[in-house]
Amino acid sequence: MLARRIVPCLDVKDGQVVKGVKFRNHEVVGDIEDLARRYADEGADELVFYDIAASARGETVAPEWVSAVAQVIDIPFCVAGGIRTVDDARARLFAGADKISVNSPALENPDLVDELAAEFGSQCVVVGIDSKVVDQAWVVHQYTGDPDKTRLAGRKTLEWISEVVDRGAGEIVLNCMDQDGVRDGYDIDQLQAARELCSTPLIASGGAGRMDHFKTVFNDANVDAALAASVFHKGLIGIGDLKAYLIDEGVSIRP
Amino acid sequence: MTIGLIDTGCANLASVRFALERAGHDYVVAAGPNAAEDCDRLILPGVGAAAPAMAQLERSGWADVLRKDQRPLMGICLGMQLLFNRSAEGDVECLGLVDGMVEKLPATSGLVWPHMGWNTLDEVSDDEVLLGGIERGTHVYFVHGFYAPKAAYTRAATGYGAPISAVVRQGHVSGCQFHPERSAGAGAQILKNFAEMSA
Repeated sequence: MLARRIVPCLDVKDGQVVKGVKFRNHEVVGDIEDLARRYADEGADELVFYDIAASARGETVAPEWVSAVAQVIDIPFCVAGGIRTVDDARARLFAGADKISVNSPALENPDLVDELAAEFGSQCVVVGIDSKVVDQAWVVHQYTGDPDKTRLAGRKTLEWISEVVDRGAGEIVLNCMDQDGVRDGYDIDQLQAARELCSTPLIASGGAGRMDHFKTVFNDANVDAALAASVFHKGLIGIGDLKAYLIDEGVSIRP
Repeated sequence: MTIGLIDTGCANLASVRFALERAGHDYVVAAGPNAAEDCDRLILPGVGAAAPAMAQLERSGWADVLRKDQRPLMGICLGMQLLFNRSAEGDVECLGLVDGMVEKLPATSGLVWPHMGWNTLDEVSDDEVLLGGIERGTHVYFVHGFYAPKAAYTRAATGYGAPISAVVRQGHVSGCQFHPERSAGAGAQILKNFAEMSA
């Protein structure tokens, strides 16, 4: 039986893993390779690395650390941040990344999703979406790595999910910004709505604070994977403990 | 004992290379058959689509060599699918080393496409050399939208809507639908079994 995935997210800024609250006030939490190895050893099912500043600054992820990560871990990982072209994506995949994720560049140029899917296959192409409630609607935000540049993308979240899936995205990471970093639980309503129309794997992001939040998002929103950062980085939840808890609760999990 | 790692120009060569390096298995990257002359076994990795990968194998001379070669061969993911007679992905003729067809995963109600993530090996053949030390129920990492149905060549199976061949074998030719290089300890064991099996 297919297991639900537990996915630690490592936000990378200037070569370090960082974590902010609601995307602001980033603090350094550690070295990329050390954390990657630690999470793989603890039982993480997959890792996501977001170079959170690259997209806003118009820079790309450095393939050097992608390759360094690929050498030390034996679980899949995805890299995101400033991937604007097929060549940018190829460099990261050849360096050993299993998937690449696009966010702001896909909003600037939606055809990028089609081009990436045609070149590498949908299974490599993840679209990250930063979504926040504005005027009682879920809307997409852009350039969220830099609070001074973050702005509305002019798209409704659910419509954007449908569009990128039609264009060939093989997986969606839906980051619910109102919940990000506050550890009050995932945005079940929004994730349920996304699940209804998303025919590819869906990863929930934003809001994990307690172990039961993971159980709820798997059981109630039927997501394929749950992403979290601060609860793992700060040691508030151990991945081994979390997996044991979820198995006890009847969730399909890789021990 | 050296593994020839067939370079189809596909993206995931790095992760297979790194997995072999972590385990200390000797290998050479072989864009063409001559580069692997001294190798006693071959791995055909693969990410991407069947048609361009087959075209590359034909261009490089690998396709002709593989159709006659008797060295142990293991395909990974797309590399496994290329071992079959034909793939529905682009409706392309493949290497014909495993007698069967690769089909598109059916869109089953309630299941998302592609099949992505850690799934269990629900049936495991006791006598399959690649699966030594691997127990039924072990999770391995899959990412694919096409599949080989369960048949005589199946040595391990998983389930995702339909029963899916996870490990196949026909004679000296074998393959894994999942990615052993990304399947943590279980994957490392399978690569070790391949690297150490008698050639």
